[in-house]
Amino acid sequence: MNKNNTRWFVVILVIVVVAVWIDLPNNPGIHVMGINRDFKTHLGLDLVGGTQALLEADLPEGTAVDASAMQTAKVIIESRVNSLGVSEAVVQLAGERRILVEIPGIEDPEQAIATIKGTALLEFADLGEDYLPAGTVIKTDYAISSESGTTPEATPPNVTPTTDSSVVTPNATSQSQTGTSENVSATPEVTTETDKAWHTVMTGADLKNAQVTMDELGKYAIEIVFNEKGGKVFADYTTSNVGKYLAIVLDKVILSAPVIKGPITGGQGIISGGNFTSDSANNLAIQLRYGALPVPLRVIESRTIGPTLGQDSLQKSMIAGAIGLLIAILFLTIYYRIPGIVAAIVIMIYASATFALFRSIPVTLTLSGIAGLILSTGSALDANILIFERFKEELRAGKNPRIALDLGWHRAWPSIRDSNAAALITCAILFWFGSTFGATIVKGFAVTLFLGVAVSLFTAIFITRTFLDIILSNFKPSNLSRWFGI
Amino acid sequence: MLNILGKRYWFFGLSALVILPGLIILLIYGLPLSIDFTGGSLLEIKVKSGELPKPAEVIKLYDEFGITDAQVQTTGEGTLIIRSTFLDDATRAKAVTAMASRFSQEVEILRFDSVGPTIGQEVTSRAAMAIAVAVFIVVLYVWFAFRGIPNAFRYGVCGIASLLHSVAVIFSFTAIGGHFWGWEVDAMLFMALLTVVGFSMQDTIVVFDRIRENSAIYRRLPYETLVNHSIVQTLQRSINTQLMTSEFMLLAMAMFGGLTLRDFSVLLLVGLFSGTYASIFIAAPILIVWEKHEWRRWFKRSSQAAA
Repeated sequence: MNKNNTRWFVVILVIVVVAVWIDLPNNPGIHVMGINRDFKTHLGLDLVGGTQALLEADLPEGTAVDASAMQTAKVIIESRVNSLGVSEAVVQLAGERRILVEIPGIEDPEQAIATIKGTALLEFADLGEDYLPAGTVIKTDYAISSESGTTPEATPPNVTPTTDSSVVTPNATSQSQTGTSENVSATPEVTTETDKAWHTVMTGADLKNAQVTMDELGKYAIEIVFNEKGGKVFADYTTSNVGKYLAIVLDKVILSAPVIKGPITGGQGIISGGNFTSDSANNLAIQLRYGALPVPLRVIESRTIGPTLGQDSLQKSMIAGAIGLLIAILFLTIYYRIPGIVAAIVIMIYASATFALFRSIPVTLTLSGIAGLILSTGSALDANILIFERFKEELRAGKNPRIALDLGWHRAWPSIRDSNAAALITCAILFWFGSTFGATIVKGFAVTLFLGVAVSLFTAIFITRTFLDIILSNFKPSNLSRWFGI
Repeated sequence: MLNILGKRYWFFGLSALVILPGLIILLIYGLPLSIDFTGGSLLEIKVKSGELPKPAEVIKLYDEFGITDAQVQTTGEGTLIIRSTFLDDATRAKAVTAMASRFSQEVEILRFDSVGPTIGQEVTSRAAMAIAVAVFIVVLYVWFAFRGIPNAFRYGVCGIASLLHSVAVIFSFTAIGGHFWGWEVDAMLFMALLTVVGFSMQDTIVVFDRIRENSAIYRRLPYETLVNHSIVQTLQRSINTQLMTSEFMLLAMAMFGGLTLRDFSVLLLVGLFSGTYASIFIAAPILIVWEKHEWRRWFKRSSQAAA
């Protein structure tokens, strides 16, 4: 074993150990020095079941769609999907006028889609003398089904709002005669008050604008501006209800319930207090600003796979893949003997390395991804076979095995390079296409094929060669036909 | 040594024999496109216990929702597939709820796809465009990679010819399957096409690479002999790769794999086999036809026959 080979062998060993470690079913992940990474297999909707919906801006064909409006719509949808309490949901922009939503393992796809399309409903509810803490789910007398066709019951967020206390104060610039309200502290517990429907004073529809600002303590707050009608309603209400509680309710969950300290007549106010972070304040401002989505969206495509079909498919396909691979390895060993065994080992390394990559990037594995994987496993085997065939040719020509390996490898290289380069080019184009038009099946295929081909190139170039080199320098058989199958 | 190229017109004929019947069926009956391309909705259900609802009942239920074109099909797996036009959100929700309450509480939704009328066509045309762009760039790459030998451009074009051959075989195969066994062309066909296109190109490049290498070694040899020599040399590899990478794996998938992957595996089996076949028996022979400008002879022969 020469020095170079030893070095490579160590590198390969390290790669194998790391890959196998990442592949461990209960890998703890890395959580040190600011690195937070979990390694687990992400399975696509077609394998675990779930719903995929493609939403399109419902505007006349040819109308330019405002990119920032789409971005905002995406943010809103994201928070709604998260409110469903599912993990690993995906919301992404696909092209200029589409948003792709993927929700794995959902029981009721209809409800999920309704939630996505629904409008965030902001209400100011009259609590009268009763105080209710933030996080309470309440009923209001505001129409259950608003004109936009939402079903608010479908959206009980099971996340507690980040605000644990907040106040509505008149904007400092508009009203100076009213004093500052007291902070009303509350514990963020989700409790449901089912018996009473509270009166809705006004809704977010009467807001003109909402934006993030700082309160007098330098904390994040949200400045709201009412429209003319809203300003008037709010002024009337606060004038006649001084000392009562007013709840700010988002999708039937109380965000805060400050006490009204005095009339607010300037058409402006501030939602302050609480523990707004830059992000949460911004998100709420967006939701307030666009009680409705900034762009009307409609579902142009939806796919639901029941969990049974997906899991059944996955299990059977895994077994089938293993059987196929086993037969291939058997054939390789019988046909190519020593090199065949090396190829079998290399293919195992290839498989675990690719899988480790999928788990750490992470790449979501779908059926089309499996197709890409099959093809790249094909090219990994092909690269080995190309080298072995050349190797055998050189052996037949009477070369000694070490030289034959060297020559064979060099002869095989151009075809390995060019055929894989063509595959990589194809992948790049398909990936671009897939992500631009929300064609997830194409994208999944391209990603797994690309990674697979890249890994297979690496294994063919470095691992196969190093292993054969090591074996041939330590083992000098005289019976070539028995050990190399020529 | 085997003389493969000498029989090239036999191989062209064999390919025509395989491709033409399917293409004729395709021209007459068209492709059985699924909702992935035409738009519409597909609902596949299963009941956990008891009997499946009768197709007529389901059609009646759909009728009540104003969907008059529902088609119901029972599958061999004991499930029910209902196809209809694209359902808007509200109707879809209502139909599913009604179905569950009307027939049995145990209705299980296996699959529910709904594709808007325009998106299907759009995806088709965009995907076709993506494949076309990919193919074009690969031709450029092959042209570049083979720049060292004469007529490098031809290798790119012949690579595409073998690729088109595989695509034609797949289309012909699906057309026949669609006509006789009720297959449907769905998005999976695209995946199969992409895979076959990738594999076919890879295969062809390996064969061409041998020609490239041999051109430098045997400068004196007539082109036809040289190409034939190269094909024979790569034959072993082609068969082994074919057997080991695709046939074993795909056969296992087709026989034991999950339902959703089964059709796909069968398509791939056919497609990859034809890809390997084409790289040997179509792509390389076309190089010879091109080199010798044999089409002149075809015209001469046909004009003689006419005279």
